[in-house]
Amino acid sequence: MFKSLMAGIVLGAVAAVTAVYFVPVVDQHRETSIIAVTKNGGNTELFHINVPMDRILIGASGQSNPLPPGLEWPEDLQFANIRAELFKIRNVRDVVVGIASRMAASSDKVGDSIEWVLHLPARGSAFVMMRPEIIGGVHRIGHLRAGTREFDGLRGRVTERWVPDTSGSEDAPEGRFELLTEFVGIAEDIQ
Amino acid sequence: MKYLIMVIIGFFVGAATTIVLMFFNPLASANPLSPLAVSDNELISLNYSAVAGDAIVFTNNGNSQVRPKPAKVLQLWEASIRHTEVLVTVLTNSRNAVVGLGVKITSDSESTRLIKAEMLVDSIWHIYLPGRGSLFIEQTENFWSYAREVIAPAYWSSADNWKGVWNGNTTAGPGALGTARVIGGSGEFSNRQMAAVEALSARVYSVESGPLAMDGHLTIELRSEDGALASEFAAE
Repeated sequence: MFKSLMAGIVLGAVAAVTAVYFVPVVDQHRETSIIAVTKNGGNTELFHINVPMDRILIGASGQSNPLPPGLEWPEDLQFANIRAELFKIRNVRDVVVGIASRMAASSDKVGDSIEWVLHLPARGSAFVMMRPEIIGGVHRIGHLRAGTREFDGLRGRVTERWVPDTSGSEDAPEGRFELLTEFVGIAEDIQ
Repeated sequence: MKYLIMVIIGFFVGAATTIVLMFFNPLASANPLSPLAVSDNELISLNYSAVAGDAIVFTNNGNSQVRPKPAKVLQLWEASIRHTEVLVTVLTNSRNAVVGLGVKITSDSESTRLIKAEMLVDSIWHIYLPGRGSLFIEQTENFWSYAREVIAPAYWSSADNWKGVWNGNTTAGPGALGTARVIGGSGEFSNRQMAAVEALSARVYSVESGPLAMDGHLTIELRSEDGALASEFAAE
C-alpha cells in the first residue's frame, strides 16, 4: 500500500512538472504573413488601417469631439504640438494583426518628427521614423530605426499613404492609411 | 483495487505538492536592485501611475478585471491582439513635474515558463519628451514575483484585496544584465542606443479591479554613441 502511494506521488510530481514545462501558458494567435519578395532582396508587406473604424485614440489639444469619447487629454502647454494616435492595423486580408502608435510632433528645439511603432504580438515590433515632408502630395517615406524579435536585425523603409475611399458605399470607411514595409536583413561579415 | 486508489491519491498529492513547491520557490524572489544603480552615466528617471484609472487611455480585451478607460474606448477583442494591453500616460520626473507622454503596449509572451518562475510579457514603450526627443524601449518583463507576492495574497485574503508595500524590477531582458533596450528616435536621443530598467511599486491590489495604488518607474541610462550597447545585446 505504502509503495503504491509513493509511486503515485512520484508519478504526480513528474506529471505536474511535465505539464508545466510543455503545456504553453500563452498561445498568441497568428495570421499567415503575406509577404512579397522584392527584386533586390528583402521582403515587402502591406498593412492598412481603416479610418475611422480602427482608430483607438486621437490625442491632441483642443479637440471638440475627442476620440475615444470621454478622453481627457492633458492640456499642458508642452503637449500643444504633439499629436498621438493609436490604431489597430490590418493585413491585406483585412484581418487585425496588431496595434500601431503614431506620434507627430513639431518643435523648434527638436524639429518636426513623425514616428510609427507597429506592434504585432505574435511577431514583434518595428520603430519607424518618417520624414515629415509629403512626397508628391501623396505619401511619406521613413526608415526602420529598430525592430524586435522578427524585425530585429533588419533595415529598410516604410511608406505611409492615405487612400480615400471612392466606393461610395454607406458602410465603407472614409479611407485608409497604407503602410508598405520593405525590409531586408543587415549584411554581416562572415569570418 | 485499494492499490489503484492509493496510486491515484498519491498522484494528486504529488502533483499538488510539486505545484506548491514551484510557487513558493525561494530562489525566485523579487529583485529590488537595479543593474543601473551603479552606473556612472547620466540617468533619466520617468515615473507614471500604473493604475488604469489614472491613465489617459487604457484598453484591453474588455474581459479582464481591469476595465478600459475611458469606458467607450475601442477594445482589443480580435484574436491577434486579445492578449495585448495599451496604456497611454503622462510621464513625470523625480520632482513629479510632467515631462512627457508615453505609450506602453504589452503582450503576453509565449516564452512564459512557470517552471522557471517566469511569467513573461513582451512590452514596448513609445515615449516623447517635449524639448528633448523621442525614445523606443523594448523589454521583456517578468511578473512572477508580482503575481506571487501581490496578486495571489489578494485572492487568498477574505477581503479580496492586498495592502502593503511591494517594490520590484520587472525588466528581465533582452540585455545581458536584465536591462531593456532603448533606441533614440529624435532630438537629443537620435542615433543613441541606451539601456533601461522598469520597476513597479505596488501598495493596494483588488481582486475586483486590479491594482488600485501602483507606480511605475523607468530608469534610462544615457550613453553617448549609437552602438555603445551593441556588444551587450549581441551577447544574447
